[in-house]
Amino acid sequence: MRSALNIAAKDLRQRVRDRSIYVIALAAPLGLAAIFGFVFNPISDADFTATFAVANVDQGPLAAPLVDGVLGGLAEAGNVNLVQAASAEEATRLVEGDGERADQDIDAAIIIPADFSARVQTGRPAELRVVQNANSSLAATLALAIVEGYARELDYVQGAVTTLAAFDPARLADAAGVAGLAASTPHPVTVRDVSASTKQLDNTTFYGAGLATFFLFFTVQFGVNSLLEERHFGTLNRLLAAPVPRWSIILGKAITSFGLGLVSMLILIVATSFILGADWGNPAGVALLVVAATASAIGVMAMVSALARTSEQGEVFSSIAAVGLGIIGGTFFPINQAGGVLASLRFVTPHAWFLQGLGDLAGGSIGDILPAVVALLAFTAASSGIALALLRRRLNP
Amino acid sequence: MLECRDLRKSFGELAAVDGVSFHIAAGETYGLLGPNGAGKTTSISMAVGLMQRDGGQVLVDGEPLDPGTTKLKAKIGLVPQDLALYPDLTARENLRFFGRLYDMPRARLSRRVDEVLEIIGLSDRANDRADTFSGGMKRRLNIGIGLLHAPGLLVLDEPTVGVDPQSRNAILESIEQLGSEGLAVLYTTHYMEEAERLCDRIGIIDRGQIKAEGTRRELAQILSQHDRVRLSATGPLHEGAEALRRIAGVQQVDVTDGAIDVLVEQAGNSLMAILSALDQSGVSITGVEIDEPNLEAVFLHLTGRSLRD
Ligand SMILES: Nc1ncnc2c1ncn2[C@@H]1O[C@H](COP(=O)(O)OP(=O)(O)OP(=O)(O)O)[C@@H](O)[C@H]1O
Ligand SMILES: [Mg+2]
Repeated sequence: MRSALNIAAKDLRQRVRDRSIYVIALAAPLGLAAIFGFVFNPISDADFTATFAVANVDQGPLAAPLVDGVLGGLAEAGNVNLVQAASAEEATRLVEGDGERADQDIDAAIIIPADFSARVQTGRPAELRVVQNANSSLAATLALAIVEGYARELDYVQGAVTTLAAFDPARLADAAGVAGLAASTPHPVTVRDVSASTKQLDNTTFYGAGLATFFLFFTVQFGVNSLLEERHFGTLNRLLAAPVPRWSIILGKAITSFGLGLVSMLILIVATSFILGADWGNPAGVALLVVAATASAIGVMAMVSALARTSEQGEVFSSIAAVGLGIIGGTFFPINQAGGVLASLRFVTPHAWFLQGLGDLAGGSIGDILPAVVALLAFTAASSGIALALLRRRLNP
Repeated sequence: MLECRDLRKSFGELAAVDGVSFHIAAGETYGLLGPNGAGKTTSISMAVGLMQRDGGQVLVDGEPLDPGTTKLKAKIGLVPQDLALYPDLTARENLRFFGRLYDMPRARLSRRVDEVLEIIGLSDRANDRADTFSGGMKRRLNIGIGLLHAPGLLVLDEPTVGVDPQSRNAILESIEQLGSEGLAVLYTTHYMEEAERLCDRIGIIDRGQIKAEGTRRELAQILSQHDRVRLSATGPLHEGAEALRRIAGVQQVDVTDGAIDVLVEQAGNSLMAILSALDQSGVSITGVEIDEPNLEAVFLHLTGRSLRD
């Protein structure tokens, strides 16, 4: 154990002298998190509010979900101001802004014509109108997107009803069948499908955490690959000829990697919190997740590096693995929103489990991160088992 | 101090070390002399417990040494053939790190580091990073690390390769010094002069086997009935050498830069024939030396190849 600590202390001294680690471990993730946070900060940011004039001439059953559900929801969240208009003409006039309400710029008008619900329900073509203010392109585009999204949902329900009616008219009359249909079709008011992992993580925290994990794999790699470096410099032969057990060499490298990973994560968490305003959540839960994630990063990178013969090869292999896993794991963008295969595939990476754990922590209590922690530890056990098996040969030339 | 019995190691088809045995008494300097690829590094890697053996046995002070052994390894100091030091650490940090691996108490370590820096002549550069050193300084630091924990046996693997003549002499002197202080030394080299100068006993190794072993004198005995004639010459040396090989009594002919070495049974009998044969081949002779056979000649005689590349 003493020799392991001695080796780790020497490694850390070397790493601290090597400036590239500061870039990889701290500057790059912090800088990118700041940039991503600005660029991708979406409508949920409190600074952004759009003002829409709404003319609900229809007043029918299919207008309500749009007006009260979608738009009402956004208004409640503080992202949208709604101004009621009595008629299509009034709404249009508001957008074109004759100076009547100079105190308030209207970004777009959303008009629901009188026979909208009726036409949709009877399967005839219906229309929703959006009048955009040429001066507020972003907010106006948002209005269009919301309305188009709603129209698509209606279309879908509509399509399902007609298909069922065409092929199995009997089922339409059957109450249970209709209930089943209702349950199986998406709710019309769902504009965006935001699933569990990011529901509770705000944007800044998501990018901060995502990039921190992404670069964590590069950071621990400095410790892991130092074994290959010892070989490159010939010093591994001295370690092997010294009166120390061989496992203490491995343990020393693991301690180095752990130290580098934990310190860089700690600095990143503190920095993103204070500088960028990220909210990582319950410290005990975060600590648990960070330790488990760091362990899994070491295991995975050790496995990859054990496949390499030289330290150059080790660096190439680890970079490919770190970038690939980082992207699949959704550290750059919320891949789970892409849906389908990609959304499930991400769980083959520790990154996704770490972000999932943080999401669970933000949305619930510390007990909710158990699956994520268990998954991360499983990654650690499997990958380090393989790594040790491969290294055993390397350490016994 | 060290006893190796029947060491064996193969890399795939190649038997790199094929039954090597030797022993080194306390305070003795033993040389393994052989050309590139003879199996020197592989043999000593097994002797110091760095490499797994396919067969054989290593005893240090009578106790078996294996790659998994720990404590016993502290009796050995290793100076690997390839530089083995951390370029981004200073000379002092390199020494201290390896000293701690050998479990040296703090105070003794500090003293010993200063001592070793003195021995290898790096006291004034102690706090400079190793990557700022010249090749010769790195070599000396490489040796210093092996000496640091004051082992009973120092194993040096071609420590003078790539070193200028002056540093080389300094290195050889300090090894002679250490040998005379009672340290056992295992020294590998492909320089005959180094083996002759340093070693009490020499093992001639080729293709993974020890072909002959003994003191310099004993080895020379192998060719005791012979003389060595060294002819400094210019002209078509290789043609001249061909002509010499046809002369009765000539055993070996070896062409080097500007000279022809001839091993003959009796110099007195063949010298005239040699000179005239060379003259006929158009070689002009600038000097003649007659000597007893050196290790180079012994090596050539035993293995049919030259020590040099
Ligand atoms: N790790 C290895 N894998 C495969 N072959 C090896 C390995 N190490 C050594 N060999 C081979 O074993 C033989 C002996 O090598 P070794 O390094 O022991 O020679 P050496 O006497 O030290 O030579 P040199 O004077 O060039 O250092 C060589 O043919 C070499 O190619
Ligand atoms: Mg060698």
